[in-house]
Amino acid sequence: MKRYLPFVILALLAVVPLVGLNSYLMHILILFVMWSVIGMSWNLLGGYCGQVSFGHAAFFGVGAYTAGIFYAKTGLSAWWGLPLSIVAVALFALVIGFIVLRLRGPYFALATLAMGEVLRVTAENLTNLTGGDVGIMIRERTWVEKIWYYYIILAVAAITFYLVKIVVQSRLGYYFVAIREDQDAAESLGINTTLYKTIALSLSAVITGLAGAFYTNYMGYIDPKVVFALHDISIITIMVVMVGGVATFWGPVIGSIIMILMSEVIRSIPMLGSAHQTFFGMLLIIIIIFLPNGIAGDFKKLKRLIRTGRTT
Amino acid sequence: MTAPQIEVLLQTLIAGFLLGGLYALIGIGMTLIMGVMKIINLAHGELMMVSMYIAYWLFTLFGLDPYLSVFIAAPVMFLIGVGLQKFLITPVLKVDSILPENQVILTVGIAMVLSNLAMLFFTSDYRSTPVSYATSAWYLSDHWKGSPIELSLSIPWTVSFVFAVAITAGLWFFLTKTDTGKSVRATSQDFQAALIMGVDVDRMRMLTFGLGSALVGAAGCLFIPIYYLYPSMGGQFTLIAFVVTIIGGLGSTAGAIIGGIILSIFESMTATYLGMGWAPVDRFVVFVAALIFLPAGIVSLARKRRLGK
Repeated sequence: MKRYLPFVILALLAVVPLVGLNSYLMHILILFVMWSVIGMSWNLLGGYCGQVSFGHAAFFGVGAYTAGIFYAKTGLSAWWGLPLSIVAVALFALVIGFIVLRLRGPYFALATLAMGEVLRVTAENLTNLTGGDVGIMIRERTWVEKIWYYYIILAVAAITFYLVKIVVQSRLGYYFVAIREDQDAAESLGINTTLYKTIALSLSAVITGLAGAFYTNYMGYIDPKVVFALHDISIITIMVVMVGGVATFWGPVIGSIIMILMSEVIRSIPMLGSAHQTFFGMLLIIIIIFLPNGIAGDFKKLKRLIRTGRTT
Repeated sequence: MTAPQIEVLLQTLIAGFLLGGLYALIGIGMTLIMGVMKIINLAHGELMMVSMYIAYWLFTLFGLDPYLSVFIAAPVMFLIGVGLQKFLITPVLKVDSILPENQVILTVGIAMVLSNLAMLFFTSDYRSTPVSYATSAWYLSDHWKGSPIELSLSIPWTVSFVFAVAITAGLWFFLTKTDTGKSVRATSQDFQAALIMGVDVDRMRMLTFGLGSALVGAAGCLFIPIYYLYPSMGGQFTLIAFVVTIIGGLGSTAGAIIGGIILSIFESMTATYLGMGWAPVDRFVVFVAALIFLPAGIVSLARKRRLGK
């Protein structure tokens, strides 16, 4: 049963829109799948390889801007941005990796955070390339119906899930976990830690960039404050994984459902709309103190908690 | 270089130097916490924002001068810091988890809550304290009639700088001359050894987090006469504190002072010659350069020389 679970869920997700959901629900579904993709990619770097990145907005934004700039400069379809972003983000990740992967733990975290912020400022200032704060608008929408966007991102999600699974269960995955557990021990066992950390970073970055390029096509508008956002992209990425479950296959998916539902519910309550960060922050604090490995990671603990809660 | 160009250059250097004192104060708070607890406090800038709001409301409601509110805001921030350490960070140090960076992510959570609450309660308006002396300055030509160039020294900037130096000197005295200060430094160097020597490590950690918060709180009060205040300002100051700490060397107070001055001079040079918008980018440039060329910070240079002799 467990072996077929991914296929069952994929089939279910593929059938859901055929029921005839309205445009708003389709939007939520698309966001949910997109955040699962970003969460899974972050999990590869942060969860398995132990390199906690606070700057995934940088990769997301570079992907989004690759598609946007290509469209704005050449006039061709922004969908070309998807394959192009793979190349652009991979190159970018190699350069960034060369700098930030020298650092460990919290220093790596802060360096990536700075990287995201720097890219935002750079994109705001390079007005002739990115349009600055005005942003880039995709004037011709490919489809009015959201369903095609949904199937595209669902395909990306399925491939990502499969890729993460293959990587994690291969030799590469064991190297990643070894690096996470003890980098010096991994190094002394003959693992080229810099090489494997670079691989993890590049893979993670490319997938996030792909989601960014999709975002440009789907939303039709990007500006530096949206795609390079620290709280709304980088931190939410971490939260998706932390809430769902670090270093688990289903964690990012669960986390993405919870985060998207939570943000939509909070937004719909009139007085609390602007307080969503307070709730996210408190959720983060609670999760870290009580379920440090997330819902999927601490599932047994959670079950036990609920059971003891019932008996007493 | 013509005289006006030299004037601009000198003026930029002076402004950078004065700002450096404040950056150093922010950086010292960070470096203390980092040294003793080995965690990065990503809520550092947000704590400064909280203290700036305290100073702002004291000024608006009671007309209290921001420089005097240091004596109220810093103790309040000390208590807040101790509370954060006791009720949030200590419990997290005890739980077992896959990622060791949980404490860092926790401080991000704290930062989000603080900045969002500030926005809810005080709206995201830009605020400042319109003190009477905000625009007054000393001019070089007033004191030296025949001066070939004209330089000015803003009074609030200078007062802030003097305050920052005084607080730093007081901290230095506390850390080197008192028993408690020595215990803090011992905890920072090797907490297990300190534990064996009878230092109450948990108490020292609380004290340090409180002290770091109080320092950044004091910096907030000194910043408000010369800067403006808005709820999301914390992030950039956290980054500044971190860059200062990296340049100076982790856990080194003297390094943080030099680091603060280097960063602020570099920043004011960028602002003068490249444009204000680029200042955050050069923070990253300084940061990367420091990591590549001086990974252990300025203090490593001093140490090397001492060993060489």
